[in-house]
Amino acid sequence: MQVPASFEYRRAQSVPDALALLERFGEDARVIAGGHSLLPMMKLRLARPEFLVDINDLHELDYLRQEGAELCIGALTRHRGLLESELVGRLFPIFHDAERVIADPPVRNRGTIGGSLCQADPAEDLSAVCTAVRAVAVVLGAGGRRSVPMADFYRGPYETDVGAGEMLGEIRVPILPDSGSAYQKVERKTGDWAIAACGAALSLADGRIASAGIGLAAVGVSAAGYRRAEQALVGREPSEEVFAEAGRLAAEDCEPVTDTRGTAAYKRHLAGELTERALRLAVERALRPAAAA
Amino acid sequence: MQVTINVNGEDHTADVEPRHLLVRFLRDDLGLTGTHWGCDTSNCGTCVVLLDGEPVKSCTMLAVMAAGHQVRTVEGLETADGLDPVQQGFIEQHGLQCGFCTPGMMLTARALLDRDPDPSEQQIREAISGQLCRCTGYLNIVRAVQWAAHHPAAAAAATAPSAGSTP
Amino acid sequence: MTAVEEPVVEERPIGYGRLKRKEDPRFVRGKGHYVDDVQLPGMLHGAVLRSPLAHARIVSIDTSAAEAHPKVRAVITGEALAGLGLAWMPTLSMDTQAVLATDKVRFQGQEVAFVVADDHYAARDAIELIDVEYEPLPPVINARHALDADAPVIRDDQEGRTDNHVFDWEAGDKASTDAVFADADVVVAQDMLYPRVHPAPLETCGCVADMDPVDGKLTLWATTQAPHAHRTLYAMVAGLPEHKIRVISPDIGGGFGNKVGIYPGYVCAIVGSILTHKPVKWVEDRSENLMSTSFARDYHMHGEIAATREGRIRAVRVKVLADHGAFNATAQPTKYPAGFFHVFTGSYDIEAAHCAVTGVYTNKAPGGVAYACSFRVTEAVYLIERLVDCLADELHTDPAELRMKNLLRPEQFPYPSKTGWEYDSGDYPATLRKTLELAGYDALRREQAERRARGELMGIGLSFFTETVGAGPRKDMDILGLGMADGCELRVHPTGKAVVRLSVQTQGQGHETTFAQIVAEELGIPPEDIDVVHGDTDQTPFGLGTYGSRSTPVSGAAAAMVARKVRDKARIIAGAMLEVSTEDLEWEKGRWFVKGDPTASRTIQEIALAAHGSLELPDGVEGHLEATTVYNPPNLTFPYGAYLCVVDVDPGTGAVTVRRFVAVDDCGTRINPMIIEGQVHGGLADGVGMALTEIISFDEDGNCLSGSFMDYLVPTALEVPAWELDHTVTPSPHHPIGAKGVGESATVGSPPAIVNAVLDAIGVRHADMPLTPGRVWLAMHGGVEAPQ
Repeated sequence: MQVPASFEYRRAQSVPDALALLERFGEDARVIAGGHSLLPMMKLRLARPEFLVDINDLHELDYLRQEGAELCIGALTRHRGLLESELVGRLFPIFHDAERVIADPPVRNRGTIGGSLCQADPAEDLSAVCTAVRAVAVVLGAGGRRSVPMADFYRGPYETDVGAGEMLGEIRVPILPDSGSAYQKVERKTGDWAIAACGAALSLADGRIASAGIGLAAVGVSAAGYRRAEQALVGREPSEEVFAEAGRLAAEDCEPVTDTRGTAAYKRHLAGELTERALRLAVERALRPAAAA
Repeated sequence: MQVTINVNGEDHTADVEPRHLLVRFLRDDLGLTGTHWGCDTSNCGTCVVLLDGEPVKSCTMLAVMAAGHQVRTVEGLETADGLDPVQQGFIEQHGLQCGFCTPGMMLTARALLDRDPDPSEQQIREAISGQLCRCTGYLNIVRAVQWAAHHPAAAAAATAPSAGSTP
Repeated sequence: MTAVEEPVVEERPIGYGRLKRKEDPRFVRGKGHYVDDVQLPGMLHGAVLRSPLAHARIVSIDTSAAEAHPKVRAVITGEALAGLGLAWMPTLSMDTQAVLATDKVRFQGQEVAFVVADDHYAARDAIELIDVEYEPLPPVINARHALDADAPVIRDDQEGRTDNHVFDWEAGDKASTDAVFADADVVVAQDMLYPRVHPAPLETCGCVADMDPVDGKLTLWATTQAPHAHRTLYAMVAGLPEHKIRVISPDIGGGFGNKVGIYPGYVCAIVGSILTHKPVKWVEDRSENLMSTSFARDYHMHGEIAATREGRIRAVRVKVLADHGAFNATAQPTKYPAGFFHVFTGSYDIEAAHCAVTGVYTNKAPGGVAYACSFRVTEAVYLIERLVDCLADELHTDPAELRMKNLLRPEQFPYPSKTGWEYDSGDYPATLRKTLELAGYDALRREQAERRARGELMGIGLSFFTETVGAGPRKDMDILGLGMADGCELRVHPTGKAVVRLSVQTQGQGHETTFAQIVAEELGIPPEDIDVVHGDTDQTPFGLGTYGSRSTPVSGAAAAMVARKVRDKARIIAGAMLEVSTEDLEWEKGRWFVKGDPTASRTIQEIALAAHGSLELPDGVEGHLEATTVYNPPNLTFPYGAYLCVVDVDPGTGAVTVRRFVAVDDCGTRINPMIIEGQVHGGLADGVGMALTEIISFDEDGNCLSGSFMDYLVPTALEVPAWELDHTVTPSPHHPIGAKGVGESATVGSPPAIVNAVLDAIGVRHADMPLTPGRVWLAMHGGVEAPQ
């Protein structure tokens, strides 16, 4: 079987301890939590960190709670924790939609939201979800905390705004009244990365769309970048025509490439189709909040 | 580095390289070869063990990461009272052929039944969806888990020497 | 659960019936013993360095850094093997294959060097330290261009070779077929590709080689479906005396054809053990398994079907381009370079048929026939069952009706096919009717019409397959000159317990149970009293192993025949015990009794004890109760079945859901229905994988794009439905117990049913597998090309 090259390992005892270790080892260090993105890359020897800082004992980063008008998600929250949280399902069903189709149950038992976001795979689901819900990433470092909107967090494939000596600490999601959200993904089989996926979150006011967020996975270099589609929604009454218009714009703005998952044309089609579907479901949920979860 | 991992209720201390994978630790250091491996990408699930009671893929976990945790392998399913009902269910319902995926499947089934004693067919299929089986087409695995759900605890001991007969 | 349950007939069958498996108690306890579980004192670990390129000349190999690694014991290159005469080995198709590359690499993943180290980690580290300089060459990836005049010559190791042609082979009668086509009312032609797929058993291939430096005996624990064939081949390849080789095939974590061939890694491990005087373990990782070991299919087919306007099928003709990869390592009987592809005439009563197959080399992994295919029957069945649906589409007729109209009728058996087979037995219409009834065919068609009216895409697909298994008659079938007969030995111990020794090797099929049942049925000894020994060449008789669904048809027959020999001898002994003539004795399961006086009897257990005791035996009768046999099948067996699949297709995404699958199989006599159903379930899931997700694909440079389970997509429990099974029973008239074999039926029969269902849903005549969402969507919107 494939095995990683040698490295040194430290198990962080606290957040300050983890940050100190990351500071000390700098660019050669990687944080490991669930390990389901990093370890396979290390076994393939595509990733060769010299130091691994294990943050699995940092239970202070494993939480889900509402603070005022924000949902706060600790970076060490396991996928399963998100999937099983009634709070998350009630406020943001989009997380449940996504978590049901992220990898598989044993992987979800270990994998974390922080790990998913920091791996920054272009087909990764939670980046699209967090983009749609306008989440803010809280990055921890020696200098303290800094908040980074999702649009700025993602720097490109496998690259984020988290620098050497830093780690992701928390995701904060603004809770809007009369809101709904949904995630739609097409995959080749259970547990596969998306061929294309779309997350949509919106809020309603006076029968119109007051705010809208759209994030797509696997169809371009960034989950964000669908401003035109978002703008086409705001201020409009939800309707099939409006969804179709947003879907058309999302399809136009994505930049998919042909690969074994599908042709660029197909993925572009999916970008539109799934955007429409996610919006339809999000509006349905916004109108029936009780049934959202 | 030195680690102590509790496996099947017993503490095991060993000196391991940080890169030593949990599955290799179980197999090579402890001789618990019932835990298998079948891929390198955490897709096949033949390496599933229970970590603190929940299924994880031991090929995608370092042994050092399991230090201080409770690991349960297939060798820890049988008790003094006999086979776990899940083990018995796999025999009764022909839930295995080559046997390679079976330990991981049974452990996932055990964890599922510990949380939900009467899961639906769909819930069982979802629970095992991170584990591949190339032989059974899954239906008899589903039936095996259902059998176990319908024959909690005592049933297993009562029907002990079952293979080779039709209880 | 919707599957049909078979009633439990007997509580503890002494013979056929739903017997729980004897092997399960060890497996459910994690006590199976697979190759990677073998631990020997002082054992070293091997790892293979593989080519990153599909086609390149090797300029130099520098192993010095690897050799300097403190834990490395040996580094072996092709050059070193050439010195031992082992750089090349014969394939199962009489070609040669590089063990470690010397001149060129010919596919991505080809073996270039082998490292032996103290532990697995060090071995994997050390292969990274080997520096190979390659001079890239243009690769041949698309088989359709392999015979182009300007195609690079892949096998320039063969003297005088100027092209990539492997073989041409024909079957049937071209002239009469062309004549039928010339005056047919309707001719439908269709190109179709059966893509390259991989058996991908969950246990990869591997071995532990232990050469005893003192007595020169090699013990090889190996993942092999054919331990005896492997031993003989090692003797031929390595020049080791055959009696000094012991091949042990322990528990096998699935084979499906992947573990028929001999792979370079095995040979390297043997050489490693010879050089280091230590046992050497080598086990593939998953990428190695998918990229280098026996693939399956890769048949580019052009099929034509001729029919009357009323839907009477008259003839079929086929041209095939077979991609055999870089070395022709196909495992099949020597006479048949395209396996049993010529059963493409299927289950239909036709006037004429012809096929022409051309094999070519490409810069892809070698192999060619594996993955539960019964020697290319999978490709043949796919071809004819797709063609029949194409014809139905052309004639605007119902595909079930069209099949029913053309199926062979029971009175036509034994049926001589137009390509030279003799189908043994069958009642095809009854089986198809059963499938249609079980599925509720008419109601499904009504539901489909209603859904279509609502814009929903529901599809119903059928296939009717005739399998060709149990290879085979020695006069026609051999592999590398080894006849495809199988031995069996049975010994009844003094206390009436028994041991039966087989030449075949289970990979999960439950041989320890079914073979005990076969003997139990013949002798009346309870199956739990019968030990089944297999998988060890030192302990079992010669035979060619388990693949092509041959265990029950060949070795199962041998087990029945050897038990009958024992029964005949028991009769003589019973006669001596009862002091009556053997003619006066009658057999009832488990005992011989005197005709007309059932109380005067001797059980098989009593007879066994007497056979080992002081009883005076008739002249010429030796003591003890045992026998040996070699079974040479008089013909192949022809299991068959009718399958029906129901799918739903998402019109917006092309995603396919397999909603139902109904399978009615006829495999003749049913030894253990529980095991048969399990075999069918597994094969159906294989079919879902091939039809919808599985493919080994390549880019234009020959990079394998399916080198892990992230891209080689094996179905999970959520991709497959609750199978609905039933059966008919038409015993094989020429087989001692009437059993036909079933191991591959479902793998063979299911892909066309699924593809037919998807195409029925989307209203498209043809699209090649795998029908991933993207390919379905393209097919719905103007067409999809064959995958590469």
